[in-house]
Amino acid sequence: MAVAEAKSVAPARRRRKSFVERTIIGLAEAMEQSLYAEELAQADGMLQRIDPRVKVVGMLALLAAAALSRNISVILGLFAGALLLARMSQVPLRTLVSRVWAPALLFTGMLALPAIFITPGQPMARLPILGWTITAQGVSGATYLITRVETAATFSLLLILCTPWAHVLKALRVLQVPVVGVVILGMTYRYIFLMLQIARDMFESRQSRMVGRLAGSDQRRLAGASVGVLLSKSFQLSNDIYMAMQSRGFRGEVYTLDEFVMRRGDWLALAGFTLVAGAALWLGRL
Amino acid sequence: MHIPDGYLSPATCAALYVASAPFWYTAFSKIKRLLSTRLVPLISVFAAFSFVIMMFNLPLPGGTTGHAVGMAVTTIVLGPWGSILAISVALLIQALFFGDGGITAFGANCFNMAIVGSLVAYVVYRLIAGRAAISSPRRAVAAAVAGYLAINMAALLAAIEFGIQPGLFHDASGAPLYAPYPLGVAIPAMMLGHLTIAGLAELVVSGGVVAYLQRSEPSLLKLTAPGAAEDGGAAAAMPRGGWRVARPLLILLAIMMILSPLGLVATGTAWGEWAPEDFANTEARQEIQAGSGNAAPPAVVPPGMERLSDVWSAVIPDYDPFQSRDVNIQRIGYLISALVGGGLILLACLLISWVAQLVGGGRKPTADSG
Repeated sequence: MAVAEAKSVAPARRRRKSFVERTIIGLAEAMEQSLYAEELAQADGMLQRIDPRVKVVGMLALLAAAALSRNISVILGLFAGALLLARMSQVPLRTLVSRVWAPALLFTGMLALPAIFITPGQPMARLPILGWTITAQGVSGATYLITRVETAATFSLLLILCTPWAHVLKALRVLQVPVVGVVILGMTYRYIFLMLQIARDMFESRQSRMVGRLAGSDQRRLAGASVGVLLSKSFQLSNDIYMAMQSRGFRGEVYTLDEFVMRRGDWLALAGFTLVAGAALWLGRL
Repeated sequence: MHIPDGYLSPATCAALYVASAPFWYTAFSKIKRLLSTRLVPLISVFAAFSFVIMMFNLPLPGGTTGHAVGMAVTTIVLGPWGSILAISVALLIQALFFGDGGITAFGANCFNMAIVGSLVAYVVYRLIAGRAAISSPRRAVAAAVAGYLAINMAALLAAIEFGIQPGLFHDASGAPLYAPYPLGVAIPAMMLGHLTIAGLAELVVSGGVVAYLQRSEPSLLKLTAPGAAEDGGAAAAMPRGGWRVARPLLILLAIMMILSPLGLVATGTAWGEWAPEDFANTEARQEIQAGSGNAAPPAVVPPGMERLSDVWSAVIPDYDPFQSRDVNIQRIGYLISALVGGGLILLACLLISWVAQLVGGGRKPTADSG
């Protein structure tokens, strides 16, 4: 009875969310995503046990192999390898589907679909009603794009899901990223969360004071003012941080603690990544 | 706009990393010299700011929403070099930690948005804003136009990068290995979304933020406004409606209108601007063939072209309002078309200027921050 009543009072059409609500949801999702990544990075999996520097170099090598391959079977082989790595690192399939595969397939798939008709080449089939011709080259082109995008995105996600962000940043030093660059990246990442929090608080406080819907021009004025407030808060924040850094002895030099130590397993993993990437490059050259 | 991995060949990605490197180096050196120890917190916090505003769902005219990059806002407050660094860092964090934009395509994304976007925004803003006072509505309009043009230039570059892929990188059978569409498809497809939704989002955020900062924190606008007239001085001298503001633009428009009869000197039809009847005309067919690398045009009018050509009939077809056979009347008609077109552009500019005044200068200063 209660359920029936609830159903009867439920609005027939779901209310369209205002831009304030949508922004709050977007900001909260970004925070959730990174918290989830931090949690997964602590799991006891294969990738989690490998030295971050090996992971950064290894994943970049596999990514480059997927980007360079001129053979769809090789790209699919690398994709299968990524799946195996995810399985061994306790990354749930659901996470890969929702975070990478579904969005990439939807976006790239929609983008690649017309290519199967408009790429000139050998006709393969004809659509019954529309009369459009599907070409072999079009299908190959779309397959290259989709498999490459999915494989590359899976490798990137595996790197970040299985490594604490602080370690990823520190590992960038092996790619000769200057220390000051690594420190800026680290601080940016940290302050992104503070800014997300500030932005969410701003929108929530506005949302809690609003009744009904704002007119389009008022919404735009509110959006402009919100970005403006965030901008002036950023300036204030950077000044506060600078003074805090100075009071703690910061004089421009940056040091990082480099506690990474390569063990036997790390060397083996590095050899494995290099071997797979090398083989994929060799097999996929034609 | 954020190009993912797999759309661009590694060669293109490498070339754009190389193209970006000198800009990163110069930006880093300039900012470090200017700020020294202040560099780290300032760039970090502004990169975080850039990242967060890219997530804002901006309400656009027409009820839709879009995301902005905020390149004009960051450029106006930090200057072009600071903006290059801050947006590059934000893009790297997005690519590394949030999977938005590829790691191999990071150089390309930085080149398009952080580097070209910031530089275009800076040049356009400085050109339009001129020496206007900090509180002048002209600055809000300048910021809006700068944002709109910057994101469209970045989108155009991305479209060109996509468009050159199929010609340069394909397998033995001719199948494209990366982005599959040639320039003729990639550019209109990309620009359609950016000239409308994404461009509007950037326009709204850039104009809106500068209008807000003029009221609440004008000091943040001073870096990119050297020689700005003192408030109350030039601003008061400037008549409302900004005729003086628009004078250089109007002169330019007048010159273009005067030069428009040059179009009469040009012979033939612009490539790709053929009418269905051109396919039946032997002379026109020869012209199309000569202009298309000697590829023969289709024997009959493409059915899609024939169908769509009737969808919209221009008010002044072929810039010839009188549709006369007399060459002199055609010339007069061409000139009239230029005047009518120019007038319509002027009307649109006035409308934009009026809207900008309503948004930027029509309200009293307020401390309310939302």
